[in-house]
Amino acid sequence: MIRLLDIRKTYDNGTKALKGVSMRIDDGEFVFLVGPSGSGKSTIIKLITGEVQSSEGRIMVNGYNLNSIRPRQVPYMRRTLGVIFQDFRLIDKKTVWENLAFVMRAAGATPREIRKRIPYVLDLVGLSYKEDRYPAQLSGGEQQRVAIARALVNNPEMIIADEPTGNLDPARSLEIMTLLEKINELGTTMLVVTHEKDLVNRFSKRVIAIENGRIISDETGGYYKHEEKQESV
Amino acid sequence: MKKNKRAYNIGYYIAEGFHSIFTHGLMSFAAVFMIVACLLIMGSFSLVALNLENKLGELERDNQFLAFVDESYTRDQALALQSRLEGVTNVSWVEFTTREDAKENYAAMYAGDQNAQLYAELPDEIFRDRYAVHVTDISRLQETIDAVEAVDGIEGHQAAPEVAEGFVMVRDVASGVALVLVVLLLLISVFIIYNTIKLGTFTRKDEIAIMKMCGATNGFVRAPFIVEGMILGLFGAVVAFFAQWGIYTMIARAIDTGATIQLITVIPYVSIWPRVLGVFAGTGLVVGIGGSVMAIRRFLQV
Repeated sequence: MIRLLDIRKTYDNGTKALKGVSMRIDDGEFVFLVGPSGSGKSTIIKLITGEVQSSEGRIMVNGYNLNSIRPRQVPYMRRTLGVIFQDFRLIDKKTVWENLAFVMRAAGATPREIRKRIPYVLDLVGLSYKEDRYPAQLSGGEQQRVAIARALVNNPEMIIADEPTGNLDPARSLEIMTLLEKINELGTTMLVVTHEKDLVNRFSKRVIAIENGRIISDETGGYYKHEEKQESV
Repeated sequence: MKKNKRAYNIGYYIAEGFHSIFTHGLMSFAAVFMIVACLLIMGSFSLVALNLENKLGELERDNQFLAFVDESYTRDQALALQSRLEGVTNVSWVEFTTREDAKENYAAMYAGDQNAQLYAELPDEIFRDRYAVHVTDISRLQETIDAVEAVDGIEGHQAAPEVAEGFVMVRDVASGVALVLVVLLLLISVFIIYNTIKLGTFTRKDEIAIMKMCGATNGFVRAPFIVEGMILGLFGAVVAFFAQWGIYTMIARAIDTGATIQLITVIPYVSIWPRVLGVFAGTGLVVGIGGSVMAIRRFLQV
């Protein structure tokens, strides 16, 4: 569960990224966080993952109070999260299997746990037959599936996907989003940051829209209306 | 289970450490080369200082001055001075010589001289009873002479404090130079290791960022780099140890067979190698770990 309460964030250069954001994401939810570039989406993700700290307000992530968390507790908080990036961020010199194994090892898994878990996750994302391939030998969609498998492999309570379809064509984007929906149905909370209106509107999920550092709408089964609004002005 | 995991992690750290060394082969070679060079220079100066210290120690043990007994003192009175002289600070021991023995020694010294007969016939009266006073610390020779002179019954002395001062100065300079070089070369070695490890962390910064994002602890991320630094430091130390052995033995042999420098006795390497190996290994480890910790610190702030 994630809880943000009246969060404000001002960077050292004076940029006010968030101006009083409050939201709550319960376990098992699928949430789209939408908004234009510079609206504050990335700052919210950085706050949740503990990369930056808020200037004001309170943040709770999967039972950890990030306002008072000790530095040595941060890795354990992060193990409750899986993060997917737009540019995949796979290690080129490692195979698919090694890309997954090394994050499991980093989180303290034993070789036995690794051998047991990776085939299951690769099967889930439909890549069990490509475990020995290197990222360069995979298509963009397949690379993002590996990234999803990597986010899933430590069995996190929540997955945060930052523009997961930003580098993919529409067909692959739909595949990836469908996969994320399937993972959510298996019980993992999903927070997907995107600005792809068509994709968001295709799935009837909760949509939180943010603009200029403030939440402007939060609707379950909602739509991404931001661009329509701009067009009508 | 926890023990197995720890053993598995140690295996992983070592494997990653070696992997990184071979991945950045040229830089690793440069780091080892520099560590060897630094340790050799440091070791050579330290060994010179050690030999000098050893030689000075020998000279110190032999170092003495003569304190002459008042001519008006009887033999018994002169002998009674021994305990008072031994009580003077910095005096290690004293040895009494009668005027007759002193004359004999003097005559024996010039036995081969063309005027030997003249020396042998000198009257005993021109010699005085004397004490050979041996000092503990050669650098305090002058103050010891003054203290001995202050003893009632001692009238005059014969010493060469400038020689002692010269020895002390040479030793102090050698030790000072060795210390400065050791500190300087250690800093250079740490800097080189720092750059080698930093290169490794830079090429793996994405990997480190992903590991941190997945919940890796700082210790887990840091360990392979520290192992890498330790391996480089230790390997450099071992190479430097054997190179030092070769160089030292070669120089010692040259000194032993050199006709003009027969007076210098070099400490055999076999009697000091454990100390050399210990110091080299310790220095290599400290340099390796220090450089690694400094290099990785910035990349952990994710």
